[in-house]
Amino acid sequence: MPAYLFWIFALLMLVFGAAVVINRNPIASALNLVVSFLSLAALFMSLDAFFVGIIQVLVYAGAIMVLFLFIIMLLDLRVEKLRKINWVASAGGIAVALALLTQIFYVIGNLKAARQTFPPLARSTIDDVRNVGLALFGNYNLPFQIIGILVLVATIGVVLLSKREVR
Amino acid sequence: MDYFLITTSLLKIVGMLFIVILPMVSYSVYAERRVSAFMQDRLGPNRVGPAGLFQPIADIFKLLLKEDFSPRHVNTFYYWLAPCLALVPAIITIAVVPFGSTLLGVPMVIADINVGILYVFAIASLGVYGIVLAGWASNSKYPFLGGVRSSSQMISYELSLGLAVIPVFLLVGNLRLTSVVRYQIEHGWMIAPFIGDWMNLGKWLLAIPMIISFVVFTIAVFAETNRLPFDLPEAEQELAGGYHTEYSSMKFALFFLGEYAAMISGSEVIVTLFLGGWHFPGIPDGSHGWIFGVINIAVFFAKVAALIFVFMWVRWTLPRFRYDQLMRLGWLFFFEIALVNIFLVAIIVAYFRF
Repeated sequence: MPAYLFWIFALLMLVFGAAVVINRNPIASALNLVVSFLSLAALFMSLDAFFVGIIQVLVYAGAIMVLFLFIIMLLDLRVEKLRKINWVASAGGIAVALALLTQIFYVIGNLKAARQTFPPLARSTIDDVRNVGLALFGNYNLPFQIIGILVLVATIGVVLLSKREVR
Repeated sequence: MDYFLITTSLLKIVGMLFIVILPMVSYSVYAERRVSAFMQDRLGPNRVGPAGLFQPIADIFKLLLKEDFSPRHVNTFYYWLAPCLALVPAIITIAVVPFGSTLLGVPMVIADINVGILYVFAIASLGVYGIVLAGWASNSKYPFLGGVRSSSQMISYELSLGLAVIPVFLLVGNLRLTSVVRYQIEHGWMIAPFIGDWMNLGKWLLAIPMIISFVVFTIAVFAETNRLPFDLPEAEQELAGGYHTEYSSMKFALFFLGEYAAMISGSEVIVTLFLGGWHFPGIPDGSHGWIFGVINIAVFFAKVAALIFVFMWVRWTLPRFRYDQLMRLGWLFFFEIALVNIFLVAIIVAYFRF
């Protein structure tokens, strides 16, 4: 992928990511986050990581954000829109963010690896889905099964908590 | 830059969109009216042109020339965005579906990516935004209820949709849609794996879970495209039209076309996964001459048209489900059936070593 596409998608991601924070309307924030996720997926695909990119769209943009939007719509958060901006708190937040940013730039600037140019990535020829599957069910089988049990326990817990009221 | 690739891809995209999909969408509206009329012993539109064949064109002009009215209470930006979001995902799903073998050496698929089916699901899951936003931006009760209904319905049926295709990929071992078609040419179609290998008991056993998975997938596609018997988001009697109540003229038409485009792309995916794609027994692929390449494309779209007829047939035959029945069906039956089905296929594949 040509470099200008990387810049376009990276810029889109950052702009829409910032819009998530700046927007006062929760629905607009959620939709901006979706566009930001889509740009991130495009960046993954530019690295030939189609599987990760598609899963990014499928899980985050397609499932989690739909649920978010659903809940925001049901709650009907008009209060957030009417609330006045607290300038002192905003200034403090911006100061902390800027301090963090300078710190990151300073640290990266002092890294030796950051100053050398890397050779371009080779195009992958192997099937990334197969690789992810082999890694999950081969090398990391036990942690994978443990996470499965964990998610199952959480699901059962949610069902139990939501059923209690009905009885 | 590979100019040959770019030119052929552009030709395929433009040809697919303007010569195949958009006419197909407008003519499936016509077909729906004629088929429903036939089923109810009426005539249907038969005045514009021979047998009413120019009716879609007249309809498009009517919709374009109508007054485009937006109510004052809507949320303007999202109100305009929603119809686009309803139509676009339905159309770009088609990018990964192989609609023919090869024509003059060019593969007849727009983007042959290695995660084809996941791409279809990812884009289909974005389709819900159009409907939800339409319901919310209209700022009115019934459209909002329609939007909420459709989002919960689509999320519920996405699960059975995803689980129902796993058996196919257990057999193929690859998520690329062209290799699914290739596998079906070599081993028989997914719903009839015993073809060409009649004496093999394992293939006959395999046909049972494959047919179950075909049925579950097809019904889940009905629910995903909001077609009757699952068109709860636009139940006229309860919701006064559903999520597009506040829309008029071409914006309404975009929702309408989006529904039909989703139906067409859903049929294309079903054909590719279960019904052999562009393959028909006895017809060689496009490497044997360009005429066979054209015939392969024709076979594919004939299969798609047959499935669209089934969609219409079901719509004009079955009554609508109640909302709790719909949810129970999705979560308590299809989800479990699809899950058990995966184990069945896995056991058969492991035992007979396909």
